[in-house]
Amino acid sequence: MMVCFGTLAGMYALLGAPIVAAAQVLIYLGAISVLILFAIMLTQAGDANLPRPFHPQVWVAGLVALIIVGLIGYAVTQTDWHAAVAVTAISVETIATALFTDYALPFEILSLLLLVAIIGAIYLARRPEDDEGAN
Amino acid sequence: MGLQGYLLVSAILFGIGAFGFMARRNAILMLISIELMLNAVNLSLVAFNAYGPPGSPAGAIFALLVMAVAAAEATVGLALVIAIIRTRKTAEVDQYADLKE
Repeated sequence: MMVCFGTLAGMYALLGAPIVAAAQVLIYLGAISVLILFAIMLTQAGDANLPRPFHPQVWVAGLVALIIVGLIGYAVTQTDWHAAVAVTAISVETIATALFTDYALPFEILSLLLLVAIIGAIYLARRPEDDEGAN
Repeated sequence: MGLQGYLLVSAILFGIGAFGFMARRNAILMLISIELMLNAVNLSLVAFNAYGPPGSPAGAIFALLVMAVAAAEATVGLALVIAIIRTRKTAEVDQYADLKE
């Protein structure tokens, strides 16, 4: 999973979006991977091997996933991308200016969402014994 | 490798994520699959932006917003999963069927 995230960061850099590549490294490689590793260590200490990792209807899931990939792949390969000629790099300055002028409202909504997520995660991850204000 | 290559990689990544979400029964692995699907969408956004009209930062900004939403989702999702595993002692989502009333 971490190799996949790192490879994606390289592809963003190839596509001329260095700020997205940097954010990918910081957020996915740095934060989310460590978070998932912590969750796995916290939860799977006792039962490392589940009885059956896959759903009994795994072939249906595989079929549906193959259909999705096939349809998207067909659409991608059959479309004439006549405008696709060159990669144009985007400067960080352009992104920052647009983020704080044209996209100011999504930015503020996003900060509110992150605040709500922080509060929710703290509330959910708290132990029930701490209800009486131990800390 | 032009726009088609990036879009094909994105489609394959999305397919792997969808398959993992539907087939795996471990809650944490299902969350990882969701992250994979969000990454695929991000890749296609950035690819379209790079090959679209020059100088427009919309795709990169959308990708950054999706990344932040994915981080929030992973935080709350993992907190939920840890809380539910603490009470149920299992990570298998089929064992959560008695949550319905």
